[in-house]
Parts: sequence; structure tokens; C-alpha cells
Amino acid sequence: MSAKKTLFDKVWDSHVVHQIENGPDVLFIDRHMVHEVTSPVAFLGLKSRGIGVMHPEKTFATADHNTPTINQHLPVADPLSANQLRMLEENANEYGISYWGLGHEKNGIVHVVGPEYGITQPGATIVCGDSHTSTHGAFGAIAFGIGTSEVEMVLATQCIMQPKPKSMRINITGGLQFGVTPKDVALFIISQLTTSGATGYFVEYAGDVFKNMSMEGRMTVCNLSIEMGARGGMIAPDEKTFHYVKDREFTPKGDDWNTAMNYWQTLYTDEEAEFDKELTFDGSQIEPMITYGTNPGMGMGISKDIPNASDVKGGEATYKKSLQYMKFGEGDSMIGKPIDFVFLGSCTNGRIEDFRAFASIVKGKQKADNVTAWLVPGSHQVESAIKEEGILDILTEAGFELREPGCSACLAMNDDKVPPGKLAVSTSNRNFEGRQGPGSRTLLASPLVAAAAAVTGKVTDPRELMEMETA
Amino acid sequence: MAYDKFTTLKTTAVPLPIENVDTDQIIPARFLKATERVGFGDNLFRDWRYNQDNTPKEDFVLNNPKYSGKILVGGANFGSGSSREHAAWAVYDYGFRCVISSFFADIFRGNCLNIGVLPVQVSADFLQKIYAEIEKNPNSEFEVSLVEQKVTILATGESEPFDINDYKKDNMTNGFDDIDYLLNIKGNIQEFAKSTPL
Ligand code: SF4
Repeated sequence: MSAKKTLFDKVWDSHVVHQIENGPDVLFIDRHMVHEVTSPVAFLGLKSRGIGVMHPEKTFATADHNTPTINQHLPVADPLSANQLRMLEENANEYGISYWGLGHEKNGIVHVVGPEYGITQPGATIVCGDSHTSTHGAFGAIAFGIGTSEVEMVLATQCIMQPKPKSMRINITGGLQFGVTPKDVALFIISQLTTSGATGYFVEYAGDVFKNMSMEGRMTVCNLSIEMGARGGMIAPDEKTFHYVKDREFTPKGDDWNTAMNYWQTLYTDEEAEFDKELTFDGSQIEPMITYGTNPGMGMGISKDIPNASDVKGGEATYKKSLQYMKFGEGDSMIGKPIDFVFLGSCTNGRIEDFRAFASIVKGKQKADNVTAWLVPGSHQVESAIKEEGILDILTEAGFELREPGCSACLAMNDDKVPPGKLAVSTSNRNFEGRQGPGSRTLLASPLVAAAAAVTGKVTDPRELMEMETA
Repeated sequence: MAYDKFTTLKTTAVPLPIENVDTDQIIPARFLKATERVGFGDNLFRDWRYNQDNTPKEDFVLNNPKYSGKILVGGANFGSGSSREHAAWAVYDYGFRCVISSFFADIFRGNCLNIGVLPVQVSADFLQKIYAEIEKNPNSEFEVSLVEQKVTILATGESEPFDINDYKKDNMTNGFDDIDYLLNIKGNIQEFAKSTPL
């Protein structure tokens, strides 16, 4: 009989074209997502080698990283950005790749539109020149970020060369407390593992907390896998997954659907399969989280105090440097710290559920005067849902504006930059020094925490506002 | 793109004893707008290296004339964060051919290997010895032998072996890249593609 396999093994092994002894596996890639920033040099490489794209029909291009989030109908003002966008369009046209550029109805953040249109499917191998490609693992796909040389590799040969990562399972049992979202679950795990705790591993998330989580929530968790150093994360597909995937533009139809389902239903970890590492946490212990430092591992329950340097693992000097950058002190409470910016968006938390959560808090309140808020939907589809569900009205009444889709302040390549020294509560995925603009200071948190900060002007436990409502 | 062959490197080294150096520090996002792989070295560690008015920050190691060389020695978890290969390009374009650390983030390590920068992972102890040697004498040389998979502090003769898989080692010593390899087995790939369900 065949050996017991993990979900990861099943998908990986079925995509290995060739194995090199004491070297990488040659892995076949089902879906390649391309964006403007990490692709131009790859296309140049193809040209200098005089070769083409092997499977343009498995390749999908969208513009998102380097796009404005206002006035998208106007020409892009920054000449360098405009040039990069034009290059992607030209390359897509030249090689016959579908291209959802600025203004296209399907345009949006690559990891948001992939699932929306059914490009993302269970059991697929998916890569993109962006580390948060791990998002697609929510569907039981093997999805990971790649560098530009690898983008060229996949364009040229539809394959990538990777040593097979080790496997880790993270179980979260029990239920979640009121006010605790998938983002908090992910930030909690990263705070426990540190940003390098899963380096070298591919993670499977298992347990009731993930079973009960929506597809959007699963995407948020898998998205953040890279922040614990993992190459990617995945969750076994279930009825919820199949229901989400069904009838989307690029998902199989008719007989093909049945064939696909036959495959997809085998995608789970066999009972006795072994992982290289296994961790279990109790979901009920997780609080709404917030970060206080300059990497996503420096996070804690929002009611806690910033740990002392002497109590943390790893380099004390680096820890102190980080707090100094943030202008925080050891032992500080985060609650009550005045903030300047709020960013709701990104491939971590720019989906409709995130806007619903944000709106649930700001409804009937007003944006604090000291806060500049950027609310950026992950895609046009999210934008439409915000309008159709009446969320836009709630936001507008509370003094917020909605911007147009894109990565925006997640990486601040466009004009959405947090100014030097300013403090932002952000639903994105990285709080690195200057990530949201040179000198910017970022607190990562859930949409609920972001909303609570947006209406109070300071770091606030969202449960206080939620309790008031239910009282 | 084939790149320079790498066999042995004998050079001084630049110390950066900071942990979790992320790719946003190595090359901030605002410098990713180029469509060609040129000039990234100028913006390596941009915001640590320059003030906002573009004057150099004197206390940053790349601005200290005492230190030079083709090896960058970084703290644990070097290169965490984004998949931007631009980070590896910036390291290369500045003139480094090797990064030594006690721990690397996966994607950064892979990106380095793909462009001909050798990531050398050593023990935390050995890393401290390297820092101590540079501290004692910034002109002290180190030898990184890919052939022997060994890094040596020449002043003291102390050395430590490092890991690299045979395939990548072969590629680097010959200046081949993965695409050269994959194009050679294109037939197999095309055959395989016919049987994929998705
Ligand atoms: S939103 Fe941020 S993390 Fe996501 S794809 Fe865009 S830049 Fe990358």
C-alpha cells in the first residue's frame, strides 16, 4: 500500500516532473500570476534568450503594486510607474497573456482576483512574484512567492526548481473569543513562532478554528504564512471551498467539474501521515492582536504591555533598535496611543468580509479628526460588493471615503505613503521600517482594531465598542 | 541569464550585525519601478544609508571607509520579507558576491543563488568569530571556497564548512542557471503537461 501522505505531499508529489539527486525537484506549475513590478526583467530575459512563454493560457497578469488608488481613469502621473505598467501591458500582448490592467473590470490585487475568478483551485500549484502568494493555499493549493529569475523560469518552462520543503502542521483547537478574527489568529501564531520559526517549512493549518473559518478568513491566515518564514501555508479543501470555487469564470464546468471534484476530494492529510513538526494552540487563548515593533513577530494581545528586552528571545540590541524606531518603550501599553493613519486593505484584509467587519464598528460613529483613513478594496469585485451591500453608505456617513483597488499603502510604491514619524494602524502584512513610506511607523492589526482606532483616534480594544453595541 | 562563475572568494568583509534584516531595508519598495536590472546597488540599504535629504548617514557601515570587501556579514534571519529579487540584485550590484549569516530567509536565499550571490550559512558561534575578527582588523581577509564548501578566517586559520546542494553548487561553479537546465528537459515537461488535470 502507498505510504500515508500529507495534503502537501499529495499536491507536491503529483506535480514533480523530475527529481535531481541532492538537488531541487522540477515542479510543474498550474497557474502563474504576474504583476508589473517583478516581471519586466523576466520578460527581458526571455527576449535575450530568444524564447517565448510556454503556457500563456496558464499565465494571468494584473497591475496592482504600482498603481494609484484615486483617479484610475486618468493617465498614471508618475512616469516610472506609467512605464512599468506599459511594459506589462506590452509583454502580455506580445506573449498572449490575459491582462487585467488598470481600469479593467477584473483588475485588483493579484491574490484577491485569483480566487475571485476561479484561477485559484484546490490541488493546484500556483506561483507569483510576490511572497504573499501563500494566500491561495486557503484552497488547498500549493502556492508560494518567487523571485524574478523564477518568474522567467516559469514563463519559459512552466516549471520551477525547488527543494521540497519540510512539513509543519499547526493545529488550533477550540473556539475563538468574541472580537477575535482570522488576522488575530495569524498574528498570534507569528508572535509565538517568530518571523523565522517556520523557515524551511510548508505549513498546514488544521483544527476547528480553521474548519469554522470562512474562505476569506482562511485566505487571511494563509496569506500571513510567509511572515513566520514559511514558504506557504495550506488548508485542506472542504465543502466550503468547493462551494466558493463553483461556477467562477475559470473553474471547470460540467464533466470537467466532476473530474476535478474527484481529485479535490482526495486532498486531505491521511490520518497517520507524519509532519516534520507539529504545533498545537488553544484558540480560546487568542486575544485581538496588535504589533508594536518592526516585524510581524513583534505582536501581542492588545491589552498586554510591550515585553522587556530581557524577556525576548533573540538579539536584545535589535529588539531595542526596533522599539526605538517605533518610539515605544519597554513595558508600554499600546492601548491609548494616539494614531495618525488607518489603512484598511491589502491582500491580507482587503476582501468584502474585512469591509463588513470595519463597517460594523464605525457604523453610527464618526472618523476621528486626527486620523487620515485609506480604505482600499482589494478588487473591483470587492468594491462593487461594498456598494451593493450598503457598506459604502455606512462608511460615508461615518466620514470615510473609499479608494480604488490596488496594493496601496501595503507597500507604498504609489502616493499612498504614511509620512515620516506618523503612526498607522494597518490591516496589511508588514510593519517593517519604512514599509508604508520612509520613516513611517506601522501597527498591524485586524479590520476591527483598525476601525476602533479610526473612530477613537487612538489604539482601542475593539471589544469595548462592540460590547457597547450589544449592551 | 548566465552569471559569473563562483569558485573561491578571498576578500575583506563588511559587518552588519543586525537580526531580521528584511528585504524592505535592503531595497525599499519605491526603488522597484525600474524595468531593467541596473543601478540597484545605489539604493542598497537606502534608508539606513542616507538621510531623507540624501546626505549619507555617517554611522551606517556602508558609509564607513574602514570597511570594504565582497562579503556582507548579516545577523540571523537575513533577507526576510518580500520575494523581490531586487534585494539580491542590489546586494550584487553594490559589489557583494557572498552573504554570510547564521540563518537566511528562504526566498532571499533562493534568489541569491539564482543570480550568483553565494549565501553562506554558518553557526552563530562562527558568525561571532567573524564579527570579532573584522572588529579587530577591518582589513582582515576571509576565504569562501565553494569548491570545498568552507569559509575560513585567514588571520586565525579557523574555518567552518557550509551546506549547498550539489546541483546549485554545480550551477554556480559553472555559471549555469536553472533555465538552461529546464530547457534541456523541455520534452519531459511538455509530456508531463499533457497529463495535468488543471
Ligand atoms: S497587497 Fe501588499 S502583500 Fe499583497 S500583493 Fe500587494 S504589495 Fe504584495
